[in-house]
Amino acid sequence: MSTAKDSRFGTPEILFGLSVAVLVIVVAVPMLLIFFNAFWVDGHFNVADVVKVLRHPETYKALGNSLVLSVGVTITGTIVGTFFAWLVTRTDLPFKKSMKLLFLVPFMLPAFIGALAWKMLLSPRAGYINRFFMDVLGFDGPIFDIYTYAGIILVETMYLFPFVFIQVSGALERMDPTLEESARISGADLFTITRKITIPLVLPSILSGALLIMLYSMAHFGTVAVLGIETGIYNIPTLIYEKIHQSAGSFDSIRTATVLATVLVITAALILWLQNKVLSKGRYQIIAGKSFRPTELKLRGLRVPLFVFCLLYIGFTIVLPTATIFMVGGLKTYGLPFTAENLTLANYNHILFEWDLTRDAIWNSISLGLSSALVTMFAGVVISYVIVKMKVRGKGILEFLGMLPFSVPGSVIALGVILAWSGKFGVNLYNTVWIILLAYIARYMAFSLKANSAALEQVHDSLVEAARASGATMAQALRDIVIPLVRPGMIAAFFLIFLPALRELTVSVLLYGPTTRTIGVAIYTLNEDGETVYSAALAGIALVIIVLGEVLIKRLVTGKNNS
Amino acid sequence: MADVRIDGVGKKYAGRAVLSDLSLTLNDGECFTLLGPSGCGKTVLMRLIAGFETPDCGVISIGGEPVADAASGQMLPPDKRGLGMVFQDYAVWPHMSVFDNVAYPLKLAGTDAVALRERTLRAVGLVGLSGLEARLPSQLSGGQQQRVALARALVSEPRLLLLDEPLNNLDANLREEMRFEIKALQQKLGITILYVTHDQEIALGISDRLAVMDENGVLRQIGAPEEVYERPVDDFVFRFLGIANFLPVRRDGDSLYIGGSMAAWVGPPPDKPGATLTAGFRPSDVLLARDEGGSDGLPGIIRRASFLGAQVDYLIDIAGTLVRAALPSHECLARNLLFVEGDRCRVELASVQWFEGNIVAGDRA
Repeated sequence: MSTAKDSRFGTPEILFGLSVAVLVIVVAVPMLLIFFNAFWVDGHFNVADVVKVLRHPETYKALGNSLVLSVGVTITGTIVGTFFAWLVTRTDLPFKKSMKLLFLVPFMLPAFIGALAWKMLLSPRAGYINRFFMDVLGFDGPIFDIYTYAGIILVETMYLFPFVFIQVSGALERMDPTLEESARISGADLFTITRKITIPLVLPSILSGALLIMLYSMAHFGTVAVLGIETGIYNIPTLIYEKIHQSAGSFDSIRTATVLATVLVITAALILWLQNKVLSKGRYQIIAGKSFRPTELKLRGLRVPLFVFCLLYIGFTIVLPTATIFMVGGLKTYGLPFTAENLTLANYNHILFEWDLTRDAIWNSISLGLSSALVTMFAGVVISYVIVKMKVRGKGILEFLGMLPFSVPGSVIALGVILAWSGKFGVNLYNTVWIILLAYIARYMAFSLKANSAALEQVHDSLVEAARASGATMAQALRDIVIPLVRPGMIAAFFLIFLPALRELTVSVLLYGPTTRTIGVAIYTLNEDGETVYSAALAGIALVIIVLGEVLIKRLVTGKNNS
Repeated sequence: MADVRIDGVGKKYAGRAVLSDLSLTLNDGECFTLLGPSGCGKTVLMRLIAGFETPDCGVISIGGEPVADAASGQMLPPDKRGLGMVFQDYAVWPHMSVFDNVAYPLKLAGTDAVALRERTLRAVGLVGLSGLEARLPSQLSGGQQQRVALARALVSEPRLLLLDEPLNNLDANLREEMRFEIKALQQKLGITILYVTHDQEIALGISDRLAVMDENGVLRQIGAPEEVYERPVDDFVFRFLGIANFLPVRRDGDSLYIGGSMAAWVGPPPDKPGATLTAGFRPSDVLLARDEGGSDGLPGIIRRASFLGAQVDYLIDIAGTLVRAALPSHECLARNLLFVEGDRCRVELASVQWFEGNIVAGDRA
């Protein structure tokens, strides 16, 4: 705003400098190191080596797998998401409102915990469902093998379809029904209207949701790690994990990992660019603005069967795996049938109160979640302030750096953080909790910037100027006007970061040390080590914490809106 | 209470000069209006006075004290200038009640609790919002929010009140009412007011003096409202202050003709030299008569007639140039002057502003 003319370094410049410094250290340095390590060998720029790495069967298989899996999940997830979105917005399905909420539940559940449950149910030999069919019904072999491409695609679909569901149901709800009605008056039947009017209008939403699924699935670690490694199905993130973990940090494996990470970054950037293009198409504007009451299709005879189908889908994809987790978590030994004498609360007791490994993990996740959310919230509000409100040159850099991690997969961030903070530059944080914290801050900064910028854009400059004209110094105007007005945005940012951080696996699995397991890592490694019941019990506890957290937010947010 | 002196002030944005070498003095205790089209730089000038912008050159002083001096780089921040300001979008803080909004300047000044309460309630009463102190801005209408902004600007009894198009977003009735209220408040409190607007009606109604600024940030004329209205220095000012008619007039020896025609000019003689002239007049300056034998005035043909209640609006073709006339309805009825399209008439002009050269007529209604 106004500073004395001769002081070239007033508050805006200082804040700008600080913001750039934070983002450079946390975001830019790790990212640059990845590209540097991928393309720079023995002091030369080297593309031949990159090609060599890419031609290694292990690498291109992982690339191929990532592609096959993400395309598969995108197709199935888009179909499922679009179908259910249409069902809950445009038909007379019973209990539509509750159904809509239920279809959003998978968003809360971490996919790798779901994968764990499905492994317990459908692994070819030990899975409860397969065993039921073989032992009780006398089948020769398992009815479904979850350790396959199909299995991975199915499980990921269950947890990722809400991306499409949310976008499409939103678009269908906001679409002006007169568009369809006028087609109807012009003599088109319902089928023609759907084909010629409705689908073209919601297509951008479908595509944008589909691309989000693809982006997420491409970079997804947990499900593939739980279900694929046993039969040798690797995707890029799981291969990066293998390279980093099992090669004790040899240069070759790090290079391979950086090349893989580079491919991942480029793919993600491409997907986001496509999504931007899809969303910026003019036709999308037809479905903007206020909510209309859309025309409903009478399902007639199909009404009850489709309702039952939805219930079955929810039961099968949400209730069954969740129940499995809690039941297995209560078993004395994995593999025992679920009878009263085999079930106990001892596992939960052991995990919560006796075992250091799991107690540490819970403590680590909560403290990491809290501290990364707090740091990112405060840093985010300052950086957003510089971006949105201040007139300084070069703030485009800030925006770019801050939003960059949004398109960068978690495994890439983790890898970059390893490269930057493992002693190369005199700071060695490897195996400490600090390196995870740094990675979380980098990863979640974009969330905070989005929430805070949105809040700050509501605070018109004239509100601050009115305070200055009333006699407030810049600091007083910030304290009395700006901060109170962006507080809801800050709170939103806090929870947008705290909850995902709580259940995080992809980043921390690459960074954990002996005492710095997170909940996700502990569940994953316990499962790897064959401690299935403890893994399930911890997963159950994680689910409870997550659901409690979500409920708490809903309370806070709706409470705020009412007042 | 303070006078404001602006001395040779210039301001550039991205290399484009918005204001250059502008000088202006506001007298202590007067209501001064800066009138100009949107985007002309009048808001920039106000923001320079408030301290939200720094001048590239020149000096601004309030009450004899320099608050911005480009040469020395001396710059008093807005919070130290002792101002009240009302913004175009009100800028009422949405998270504070009416009372808290109005009390904020006093709170910052460290006013003790009793005086703060008393003065805040008085300011709220002054703008007619008593009883609504506990409301949040979201529970108020636009006009009420605007009054909150006004009360907030007045509560600390500033020496200078800056008003940036504060009546823009109000409906016509409320706008008029607030205009009277601002004027009454100013007279009651004796503060200096700078009012920025593009609405000539408000400007004429509210000001002790006003300045007309053109698109390039140049002040064309400064003076009392009636002076600027009656004796505009040029056609820009004339156009800007109301609906303007222009008739081209040609001087041939001692005779005057309308435009390129052979029709003789009938009316007040020009006070400007030159062969090519333009006569400027308002619709209300037009006097009409039926075109019967012996009647004086310029010959015209009615092209359009609109009855608007209190007045009748005519579009008249005078030797190829279209002009507008507004006559009181009762006069038209009494003197049989309700014309229909195609009627012939005679036009006399009660008052004419003469401009040199041929000015292309353009309505700035």
